Amino acid sequence: MKRVSAPLTNSSVEDLRAGDEVLISGIIYTARDAAHKRLVELLSKGEELPFDIEGQIIYYAGPTPTRPGEVIGSAGPTTSYRMDPYAPLLIEHGLKGMIGKGQRTEPVLSSMRKFKAVYFAAVGGAGALIARAVKSSSIVAYEDLGPEAIRKLEVADFPVIVAQDCHGGDLFVEGVKKYSRSVL
Amino acid sequence: MAKRTVKVSEITEKLSQLCASASCELDDDLIGALEEGLRTEESPTGKQILEQILENAKISRETKLPSCQDTGFAVVFLEIGQDVCLEGGDLMDAVNEGVRRGYEQAYLRKSIVDDPAIDRKNTRDNTPAVVHTEIVKGDRVKITLAAKGGGSENMSAVAMLKPADGIEGIRRFVVERIKEAGGNPCPPVVVGVGVGGTFEKCAFLAKKALLRPLGSHNPDERYAKLEKELLSEINATGVGPQGLGGRVTALAVLIETFPCHIASLPAAVNVNCHASRHKEAII
Repeated sequence: MKRVSAPLTNSSVEDLRAGDEVLISGIIYTARDAAHKRLVELLSKGEELPFDIEGQIIYYAGPTPTRPGEVIGSAGPTTSYRMDPYAPLLIEHGLKGMIGKGQRTEPVLSSMRKFKAVYFAAVGGAGALIARAVKSSSIVAYEDLGPEAIRKLEVADFPVIVAQDCHGGDLFVEGVKKYSRSVL
Repeated sequence: MAKRTVKVSEITEKLSQLCASASCELDDDLIGALEEGLRTEESPTGKQILEQILENAKISRETKLPSCQDTGFAVVFLEIGQDVCLEGGDLMDAVNEGVRRGYEQAYLRKSIVDDPAIDRKNTRDNTPAVVHTEIVKGDRVKITLAAKGGGSENMSAVAMLKPADGIEGIRRFVVERIKEAGGNPCPPVVVGVGVGGTFEKCAFLAKKALLRPLGSHNPDERYAKLEKELLSEINATGVGPQGLGGRVTALAVLIETFPCHIASLPAAVNVNCHASRHKEAII
């Protein structure tokens, strides 16, 4: 088990290999479909983002509403490929990590190799468990998007697996190859 | 036969309770299938993922925090007995009010946008529900709520196969779909398969199949055999928990069939994540 602190640096990204089990502690940001669309529109117009993206990890998540007296609702990952049209531009602008579920496509993987970024898989459907790793949460932008608002989260020992790394390592490919077999 | 009166407000009340329980109380058959998966899984990563999923279900049941943040589209199946007289207002309003209350009171996520392709503005109360109404014999109303997550729904598909494609064509289509979906729908998945009917009937059969208890079999032993074979083939793909490699890709394959046109062989796959959430109530 490796421990990683967020935000990330080039060297912390380079130390991570597909298949590593990792506990993340530090600051991460949530964003999903609608927020990504807005972030990329800002970058295309040359405007500033609502948070400094350098070294950051974006967690693809839209939690359930927070109950009174609690820090956050259920907060598992959403499927990542929907953010693939937006991710390369964010990586080019300094994004170093992404947390989600499901495999990424080649344009994202090549940006990860070129600019040094890493993609972590969290366990989809484990929202109640993951919520326990969140120590504080605040909305930093796009409150009008409801569950899709951008939240700044402070996390401690958030359990993830390195799914696709900056060296071309790909657990989706390697793992499936290892366990596939002919039934006949 | 004498008519029985049911107030639509009773449907609202029951449905709001079903919304809350579906998100926090995963069924025993599902937990059993996940435990069996943990025994079967050979990949250490896969085992760890299954352990987290089971632990998550326990936390959710104890704390009433939804097991998954995607508390779904409310898909409501209403079986209304033909001897029932519904009173006290519009049925669809009553259903949507049940969803609205359930999602608000249980702090569930509101995941519905009003216009699909242009505005995409969140309706903020998780309505409207998708409602499938069927008139059946008797004087009861059966309400089934399926809280359907978006990630797994996105991996579903319909294929209008040729009659010549036969069972082999269905087999290829289903296994390829799950293989291509990979980690996206949160495997281990539950696979609903519709065979026959028309384009829309086939998709509906696949959705309805997902309501069956895991471990149940199609009453026609030839389709029961196909369910079993498809499950082995899907679990031989190596996709595994979360698509990261392993033996446990699906927990069950459930097939429903309907007669079809001489020119057709429709097949549909409706994928459900491991949080296969559905609850029912009878009035």
